[in-house]
Amino acid sequence: MTTIIMAVLGLIFLLPFIWMLSASFKLEKDVLTFPIEWIPTSWNAVENYSKVWFGDKSFLLYYWNSFKVTILTTLTSVIVSSLAAYAFAKVKFKGREFIFLIVLATYMIPPQSILVPQFLLYKSMGLFDSHLGLILLNSFSVFGTFMLRQFFLSINDEIIESARIDGAGHFRVFFHIALPLVQPAIATYAILRFIWTWNDYQYPLIFLRSESLFTLQLGIAQFADAHGTIYSLMMTGAVSAIIPLLIVFIIGQKQVIEGISLGGVKG
Amino acid sequence: MKNEVGLQVEENIKLSSAKERKVRFKGWQDTLAGYIFVAPMLIGVTVLTIFPILASIFLSFTDWNFITGLKGFNFIGLDNFKNLFKDSIFLKSLTNNIIVLLVVPIGLFISLILAVIINKNVYFKDFFKVIYFMPYISSVVAVAIVFQVLFHPTLGPINQLLMSMGIEDPPKWIADTSFALPSVMIILIWTHIGFQLIIYLAGLQNIPKELYEAAEMDGATSWYMFRKITVPLVSPTTFLLLVTGLISSFKVFDLILVLTNGGPAHSTTLPVVYLYQQAFVELKTGYASTIALVLFVLILLITVLQWFGQKKWVNY
Repeated sequence: MTTIIMAVLGLIFLLPFIWMLSASFKLEKDVLTFPIEWIPTSWNAVENYSKVWFGDKSFLLYYWNSFKVTILTTLTSVIVSSLAAYAFAKVKFKGREFIFLIVLATYMIPPQSILVPQFLLYKSMGLFDSHLGLILLNSFSVFGTFMLRQFFLSINDEIIESARIDGAGHFRVFFHIALPLVQPAIATYAILRFIWTWNDYQYPLIFLRSESLFTLQLGIAQFADAHGTIYSLMMTGAVSAIIPLLIVFIIGQKQVIEGISLGGVKG
Repeated sequence: MKNEVGLQVEENIKLSSAKERKVRFKGWQDTLAGYIFVAPMLIGVTVLTIFPILASIFLSFTDWNFITGLKGFNFIGLDNFKNLFKDSIFLKSLTNNIIVLLVVPIGLFISLILAVIINKNVYFKDFFKVIYFMPYISSVVAVAIVFQVLFHPTLGPINQLLMSMGIEDPPKWIADTSFALPSVMIILIWTHIGFQLIIYLAGLQNIPKELYEAAEMDGATSWYMFRKITVPLVSPTTFLLLVTGLISSFKVFDLILVLTNGGPAHSTTLPVVYLYQQAFVELKTGYASTIALVLFVLILLITVLQWFGQKKWVNY
């Protein structure tokens, strides 16, 4: 019984998505008819999608840019964060606590409050309006470092000690022992970083100017501005922006949910 | 005899100093490795966060704007701050943000109830988790565009439904100054329920079942058990979600920029949106930096207050 009530609630919860998907298949004149045609009477899916994907504002280009930026950001961020996380958890070095505290403190800063100096810095360093600049902005994640550190901490010290006594340096220990042990955590963080970077609108909005560099979020906002009255095309764009996220989420669903609840409950 | 002892001692000294050297060498090696491992992270954070914070503080005391170029700035002391607190749009944006904070407790309440239901008497738990999580992972820009159409005052499906139900003059949602902010809040609650729900589900797992069994034997109703067992025992989770939620409601940016751009008549302008407009549309760098600094202090204040307030109601 409760299952049925929850299913109905869940359906209501998903209605905006269902409406969006259905509108993306319709002729423009049918989008706002009432009562809503959940299943279109006349289909216009092929035209809508080909217009959005291969039209004057090509989603193909936005997709390519987004994939490039997101994958490179995720890769860099995972490397940078896992290196730092390992050191903060397992290497005894002078000033470790102090450096960790400083890094952690920066997590509290709202990113918007430092946009202006970042903008000026990028202008002077020649990183403005480039994909490299965009990738760097999301690559130094305090959240990632903190989360991975929790997992490195749970590795038994004796394993690392005995490897060190056998003459292995920290790089060997990191790559051959520690990293394989925290693989699930790395996967979780990578998926989260992928989703967050894919969805990022603010940084591309401020740090990109050339339309040829636009990521999907920027592209779809611009597309919506240009086609603000053609709702079927706007919905087609919205569907196109959400689908890669859904695929990544469905593949990594268990990882994401576990990662979030673990990170959330343990702080 | 004496000689032998002496030799032994000498030998021992030699041995221990070698050991010491080895330990010292290891320690030195550890320190070097540590620095190499954290270097990329530390350099990134220093250049892209710490340095901008200092620059932001510095700029907030100047009248600099993008147009005057690198040299044309003057120190104007606290003038930016004085102007800011006389700026009616900024004050409006602060009030708006305080109203938006309500999203957190409302969202938490709904999420907790849903979590309790899903945790206890529902089949296909994983399926429901995925459904409620969908808005959280979806592209904010896409969601904003969808709701722009759904909330359309005359043609939008929501108002067509309301009108067909006999409501003659439904609210104009994002086109209406008094309904725009609540509309934004509804969308925010919708997007965040999934995240809060998942964390609550994890928190509920940690409550020992015996507590409920014992209460049931004493004839407690489920509402009583909810109030006396569930709510107090998930309070650490609630605390965590409340702190992170309140802080993140000061960062709501993408949704508003795409959905309403702060309008109509600044009814949905939040400090971060105003900051963006001042910095990148009006090009008033100094003034925008002042907003940034005030925002930063505000968030710090909330975090500290929360921290001290938690003892009153969180059970660890």
